[in-house]
Amino acid sequence: MIKLFSLKQQKKEGEACPKQGTQKKATAAQLRITKDLNELNLPKTCDTEFPDANDLLNFKLIISPDEGFYKGGRFVFSFKVGPNYPHEPPKVKCETSIYHPNIDLEGNVCLNILREDWKPVLTVNSIIYGLQYLFLEPNPEDPLNKEAADVLQNNRRMFEQNVMKAMRGGYVGTQYFERCLK
Amino acid sequence: MPWKRPLSGLYFSGWSVSRFEVMSGSVEMEVQSDDSPMPAAPKSWMRNAMERSGPFCLPDFDHRPGALHSVLGQIQVQFLFRRNDIGRSKAEVAANFINNRIPGVNVTPHFCKIQDKDEDFYRQFHVVVCGLDSVPARRWMNGMLHSLIEYDDDNTPITGTNIPLVDGGTEGLKGNARVILTGTSACIECTLGLYPPQVTYPLCTIANTPRLPEHCIEYVKIIQWPKENPYQCEIDGDDPAHLCWIHEKSVERASHFGITGVDYKLVQGVVKNIIPAVASTNASIAAVCANEVFKLATGVCKPLNDYVVLNQSDGVYTFAFANEKREDCLVCGRKANILNIKEDAKLEELISKLCQDDGARMKNPGLTTNVNGKQMTLYIATVPSIERQTRPNLKKTLTELGLVNGAEIVVADETSPMSMTFKLNFI
Ligand SMILES: [Zn+2]
Repeated sequence: MIKLFSLKQQKKEGEACPKQGTQKKATAAQLRITKDLNELNLPKTCDTEFPDANDLLNFKLIISPDEGFYKGGRFVFSFKVGPNYPHEPPKVKCETSIYHPNIDLEGNVCLNILREDWKPVLTVNSIIYGLQYLFLEPNPEDPLNKEAADVLQNNRRMFEQNVMKAMRGGYVGTQYFERCLK
Repeated sequence: MPWKRPLSGLYFSGWSVSRFEVMSGSVEMEVQSDDSPMPAAPKSWMRNAMERSGPFCLPDFDHRPGALHSVLGQIQVQFLFRRNDIGRSKAEVAANFINNRIPGVNVTPHFCKIQDKDEDFYRQFHVVVCGLDSVPARRWMNGMLHSLIEYDDDNTPITGTNIPLVDGGTEGLKGNARVILTGTSACIECTLGLYPPQVTYPLCTIANTPRLPEHCIEYVKIIQWPKENPYQCEIDGDDPAHLCWIHEKSVERASHFGITGVDYKLVQGVVKNIIPAVASTNASIAAVCANEVFKLATGVCKPLNDYVVLNQSDGVYTFAFANEKREDCLVCGRKANILNIKEDAKLEELISKLCQDDGARMKNPGLTTNVNGKQMTLYIATVPSIERQTRPNLKKTLTELGLVNGAEIVVADETSPMSMTFKLNFI
């Protein structure tokens, strides 16, 4: 049985001894992200950028596909890892304007593991592989950019040309895209 | 299953012989159920008032003066608040109420976030009782109490530094309570998998093929709000103007897709993730918590081992069981390993010590720590952009890096399934 009160009393008497340094402990989210990042195993098309090495919770991922529709482009994603990680997934946004069926013009990304299929056992690495897959296999079935999805479904050649136009910097229809070719 | 809702009203954050500390982050009250005789308008309006976090304030009430009296009447009968309490913090009102009602009890209210208090504040309590409104808040308190544990040379918690945590939660007609003997029983983090994940919908469904009123509200919340940014800020679920905007846009979107059922109440529910609290559930769970505190404090009986569920949604069901402590738990499975090292050693010497054959035999350890309350990355070799920034640290001595005797460093390495903690011992 825990004898709470007598123990606290003892502590009070012994309070003359030097107080231990009150070092703040790392939170569970920080412990976990440290582990995730230390074990990061990036495909050669991906790179990370940490604006502040002391802040492991906010960073950028750069994907430069070497095959598929988006070959030659350079796409930047921002990762925000919240205090509730890994119970909740990181918030991921695409910062490069992109013509893609599963990424809208505000940078929202439709990837199941970023929302409804997230599990705490998944890691930053899982998300990176998921994002990389979106560039290899854009999925017109579950679109966020419906126009792009329709074009991909009905005319692959036209889709390819539109992606190229967007990556070079220019208009696809009425929408302007910034250049993102390497 | 555990529930995320708080106990009725306040939560007792700390407890000692003749003293309660009450903190209030959010207060949940019973809301009349739909078949109650109470007219609809004051009901939802009372609900709005009750679901606000922070102090009561007049704007909640003054635009419908007719209902004010009866609503306060309802509250008064069941709870701690009076008409003159409007505008005061809930913690303060509740503390006063208890102090006046029970002679000899001295409750100190704190009107702030639990995160605003530091180690020294929490260290002074014998028991901490939580009725928090979210999983993150529970994890925070759990992490805080575990970080207070000091270990002796055999790596057993020094009695008195391990403050027991009594946690209660309710969701509608279901509730649970548990006793965590920190460092000994399974902790919140061990059983994180028990908490139901937040309901989320696929983004593409929300964007293109909405079928439910919730889909429409989520769309406005996730996509339309950041895009149009009507108030130049993040959504505040307590701001009626924000909710009205979301309501209006959600109705527009729903009618576009021929979906019905978007009303203000649902908007509020989706935006704030609200599940109504029921006073009887709260009372039962609060009673279990109080009982456990009594047992812990007096030692008259063994405490609950370690989890009890109560389900009143279909008959009454209750069951107690023991959760299993996870050896690899990030919070309670952390044993601070002692690392003996010279005070003037450089960081690279510390790392090679971790990799030595007679040491932890690590491969590519990544090291972080906390200096003066700020998170600091000492060195991570496997991420190029971090490696570049932290490389100069290798040549610095531990003292130059701000590490003192007894400082803890967190080490991640592929050889271990979890991050390990090392406590520096200068020799
Ligand atoms: Zn644990």
